[in-house]
Amino acid sequence: MRHAYTWGAILVIVIASVTGDVLLSRAMKQVGDVDELRKRSGLFAVIGRVLQNSYFLLGIGAMAVAFFSLLFALSWGDVSLVAPASASLTFVGNAAAAKFFLHERVDRRRLMAAALVACGVAFLAG
Amino acid sequence: MTFRKYLVLAGVSVFASIGDAMLSRGMKDMGGVSLSRLHTLLAALRDPWIVGGILFLLAFFATYMTALSWADLTYVLPATSLGYVLLALIAKFVLHEQVTTLRWVGIFLIAVGVSAVASGPELTSHAHPREPEPELAALQEER
Repeated sequence: MRHAYTWGAILVIVIASVTGDVLLSRAMKQVGDVDELRKRSGLFAVIGRVLQNSYFLLGIGAMAVAFFSLLFALSWGDVSLVAPASASLTFVGNAAAAKFFLHERVDRRRLMAAALVACGVAFLAG
Repeated sequence: MTFRKYLVLAGVSVFASIGDAMLSRGMKDMGGVSLSRLHTLLAALRDPWIVGGILFLLAFFATYMTALSWADLTYVLPATSLGYVLLALIAKFVLHEQVTTLRWVGIFLIAVGVSAVASGPELTSHAHPREPEPELAALQEER
């Protein structure tokens, strides 16, 4: 039963993380290169610009859901299972989400990486 | 990619691993959390391991946001995968968790898969095309 709870929490982490990652990535692309922006306008201008972005705020909400799910999962399962499994499945979900929502070019190399990661997760669960 | 950008990617890996490990240590102190005892999550915020873990995860978040401002999501996540290996080492030697051979193989596969991505371009999205390198642009003009 404890095993089922752990994997249930991992599933919630993955869905919330993929949503959050896509929203945050879109927000930061709209903000632009933070290093260059900081050189031109200063750190506070960067922080202000990030905090005013609505995608960023929605992404933070999704990440908060993922964070509390992580706390639940860590209280039930080993960190060496929960952290890599949730992060790896998030990576696979992100590969698909980034292609469709962020229009990133997910080529053969990135797809192969996703397959290897999926195999790695299977071993982690074994 | 500049050395500074590689440092940012390394920061993402290291801060996330240490933060996760500290949260794990803290939550094990708290015992099992259930939906009927949600208030125990608030109590967790008084645990120094949890607070330390949150601080490290904030540092992770700052470096992660910086990386996402100049690289694809599908580049940043794999490029920071060596953190899993670091996390496994922390789990085994600091938290004294059982890390089986099968899990080591899994972690190795993840690291191989994601490091393959790191050698490719960091930005491919159509909305932000990269400027071609000067030498490449000159070659294209000649053709």
